[in-house]
Amino acid sequence: MSVTRHALRNFTPQRHDVIWLLLSLLAVWGLHIAHLPLWINGLMALIFGWRWLIASRGWSLPRMPVLLPLTLLGIAGIVASFDGLFGRDASVALLTLMLGLKLLESRSSRDFMLVIFIAYFLTVNAFLFGQSMLVAAGMLIPVTGLTAALIGLQKPQSGSDQGLQLRLALTLLGQAIPLMLVLFVLFPRLPGPLWGVPKDSYKSMTGLSDRMRPGDISELSLSGATAFRVSFTGAPPRASQLYWRGPVFGYFDGREWRADRRAGYLPRESLSVRGEPVRYSVTLEPHNQPWMLVLDMPSQLPAGALASPDLQILAREPVRTRIRYEGVSHLDYTLADQLSPVAERYLLQLPQQGNPKARAMAEQWRAQLPDHQAIVDTALRMFRQQDFYYTLTPPPLGTNSIDDFLFNSRRGFCEHYAGSFAFLMRAAGIPARVVTGYQGGELNPVGQYMIVRQSDAHAWTEVWLPHRGWVRVDPTAAVSPSRIEAGIASAISESASLPLLARRDYPLLRKLYLNWDAINNGWNQWVLGYNQQKQAELLSRIFGASFPLSLLTALFIAVTALVLGLISWVLLRDKTRRDPLQQVYARFLRKMARAGLQQAPEEGAQDFSHRAQQQLPMQAAQIAAITALYLQLRYGRPSNASLQMLKREIRNL
Amino acid sequence: MRSPSPSAASTTPVSRPAAFIKSSLNWTRWLRTARADSRRGPVLTTRHIYILPTRAGVLYGTIIIAMLLGSINYSLSLGFVLTFLLAALGIVCMLHTWRNLAWLEVSHCQASPVFAGEEATLEIRLKESSGRMRHAIYASCAACLQPQSTDIPPRQSGTITLAYPTARRGWSEPGRLTLFTVFPLGLLQAWSYADTDCRVLVYPRPAASGRSSASSTDQAGKGSRDSLLGDQDFAGLRHYRPGDSPRRIDWKASSREQGMYSKHFQGEPVSSVWLDWHETTGPDGEERICQLVRWVVDAHQAGGRYGLRLPQLTLAADRGEAHYHRCLQALALMELPA
Repeated sequence: MSVTRHALRNFTPQRHDVIWLLLSLLAVWGLHIAHLPLWINGLMALIFGWRWLIASRGWSLPRMPVLLPLTLLGIAGIVASFDGLFGRDASVALLTLMLGLKLLESRSSRDFMLVIFIAYFLTVNAFLFGQSMLVAAGMLIPVTGLTAALIGLQKPQSGSDQGLQLRLALTLLGQAIPLMLVLFVLFPRLPGPLWGVPKDSYKSMTGLSDRMRPGDISELSLSGATAFRVSFTGAPPRASQLYWRGPVFGYFDGREWRADRRAGYLPRESLSVRGEPVRYSVTLEPHNQPWMLVLDMPSQLPAGALASPDLQILAREPVRTRIRYEGVSHLDYTLADQLSPVAERYLLQLPQQGNPKARAMAEQWRAQLPDHQAIVDTALRMFRQQDFYYTLTPPPLGTNSIDDFLFNSRRGFCEHYAGSFAFLMRAAGIPARVVTGYQGGELNPVGQYMIVRQSDAHAWTEVWLPHRGWVRVDPTAAVSPSRIEAGIASAISESASLPLLARRDYPLLRKLYLNWDAINNGWNQWVLGYNQQKQAELLSRIFGASFPLSLLTALFIAVTALVLGLISWVLLRDKTRRDPLQQVYARFLRKMARAGLQQAPEEGAQDFSHRAQQQLPMQAAQIAAITALYLQLRYGRPSNASLQMLKREIRNL
Repeated sequence: MRSPSPSAASTTPVSRPAAFIKSSLNWTRWLRTARADSRRGPVLTTRHIYILPTRAGVLYGTIIIAMLLGSINYSLSLGFVLTFLLAALGIVCMLHTWRNLAWLEVSHCQASPVFAGEEATLEIRLKESSGRMRHAIYASCAACLQPQSTDIPPRQSGTITLAYPTARRGWSEPGRLTLFTVFPLGLLQAWSYADTDCRVLVYPRPAASGRSSASSTDQAGKGSRDSLLGDQDFAGLRHYRPGDSPRRIDWKASSREQGMYSKHFQGEPVSSVWLDWHETTGPDGEERICQLVRWVVDAHQAGGRYGLRLPQLTLAADRGEAHYHRCLQALALMELPA
């Protein structure tokens, strides 16, 4: 094939091919423009402009003395911009730079094809930054453009028919889509990752942190992002019962609450439940932390999850892709009716110094009040009756943050109340801990599921009371009961500072939003969340109870072959043989062949007919009639001879 | 297949089994090749089409695999979508490339004779009968210089002209024709071999001018070429006779009156020249042939009547294009006397 190869390598693409390519590359660049450093964007604009001038004015391409320094400078720039951290952002920037520089030295159609392949690859990188429906639709523009450009490069002559290029590209992609769907649904899915994932890939994910400082959760509350979606089997619980359990913090260092490392050595707290369980499935957005949110109190572990002694539910890996799991919880429960002395000591831990006023107050309660329940009630009464305010914008607190909050500012968000309440309880000798998570959620009637947003993030406390075990106490409810009953939007007076979607005004906008969210949820569940598990689920839905995944490859090959066969049949049928008259006449010839008469290649219909009439005198009249009909249909005016008649004659022969 | 030149056939005697093994080792023998039948030229039917990825296609495949691995690693659902879309595009492209070539018919192949050393041009006509536009169909042959391409509109014919260098006199076959295409995406190349009756008659290379046919019998050799062609007095018109050079036809006169007229010049040679093999001198037979070719060319340009006398063949004196080519053909195919 060496004869054929070099012809295709050497011709120079024409001007309109270059313009097509530049337009498609602009579309690819458009997918990335938001997450590239400014200087790369500037450089790319420069390169595109330059290449356009080269094509339109017939300038010559830059040579090595220009390209080499440009390449080195670009690489140095990338190293400097990303502090040498070669992760997702840097590799995309480098790939973009490579594309631009390759474009500057591309002269033959082969070079341009390479540029197009790099551009296809760059397109896929856009999904590292987001996979919304908008991005999916946006992907079609560069892919179509690049394919059209690729087609243009294969036509050495008269390729000026741009419409054809675009039409053909759309045709090819249209024909590829059925096959793509089969591949998407049936290609055996492997769970990733195959190798390490750059650290910066998840830097934009939000969610609960592994520690709690004053201000943390109020900051999170400003995000309208979805934390997770829940669909309940049966009716959802009341809003005031929707406590989604997340990280549990048992250690206070005077400033922040965090998980107690020593708690890992404690025995699992006993749990006894009463009543009917609540069953639901959660689709959790990735947040790059291991916790999985479940309704208080989880009585069964989701598949593949772990539980800490204090009933924090954890995934084995940080959650970096959207995951879905089934939850089972009981709203009526007893947790840890016995507490070991070691555990009790841990749960009374406080820093040696600091916050003297709060300590003094707690000591006083301990001395005066008859039991633990009375101390809890007194503390809650204090929050309820004194001038405490629930606000998203609390003032900053001093070194003794608890004292400062309880006796000076008295303005805070849930983390202030939960943190100071747990502090007071511990100081008064009651084991206590802080639980963070989400409270509430909005039911979407369109999709029959509940949306829980980052703005629903919440912190509350658990106190351990003899004979009752852990009891959930939400001091925020004492200050602002409506926060728990009706959600954050009704509890915050300065509602305008909340993200638009967490607010309750604009009913029409909300309705639109809920519809949009339902579509998005479907997209997330069926397109983005389509993994091994989902694949198995779908297959068992189609093929009955249990489709063995070991047969998946066979099914995949069979269906692919079927679809491919179908497409091939449509595309590859020999249309020259589809002349109906010829087919009918061929039937006649086959009949004659069975009688031992073969039409010779050089023999015309008439000659054959004469010969046949001589050899088969019995059918002579019929053969003559058939030949006459055929000749008339083929060469004469077909008005008085119909194809049906010919068919009948041949059948009767 | 015919051997490339008649003289090469009988040079070395080879034993039969050896020849058989040698020809079997020549794997190209086993390739499927479209051949003409009595009704039409070679048709590239489904049996005759080969298809393989091009280098660009291999690169494309590699990139798709990289995209697939990336999508698995980062659990990118849309990555899978795009990867599978591009993979399916490649497969669909395969079908399109294949059918871009399928059922074309090589309806005609023609080549005009040339002198050895000149480039022959093969004109290959391809017929489209399935009602589809065929884009960028290339043709090439083993001996051809550069593949050339054409587009063929539905139910029409397209012509590809291939240049082909010649070296030796005689019938020369450009070899099996390769028809190929990479359209639409350049990822795959479909190709077919077609056996055509295409062959080129290569005239011997004319010897350098200067040595006139001095020993020929009459006037033709005496006058210089210039005086015979250029500055002669026009003598009048006479009725066209077959064999008159078209350059001599007086088109104006022919259109004015009835009948065709040739210009006749004063001083034109009347008697004929004999160009004789035995008059040539040279170190070997091929050079003597070249000498004769030179004489034929000169005599033809002079416009006179000339005859050719070869050891096994004599062509009576005549003039005109047909005679000219007859003479050159005889020289091209002449077997050297032992």
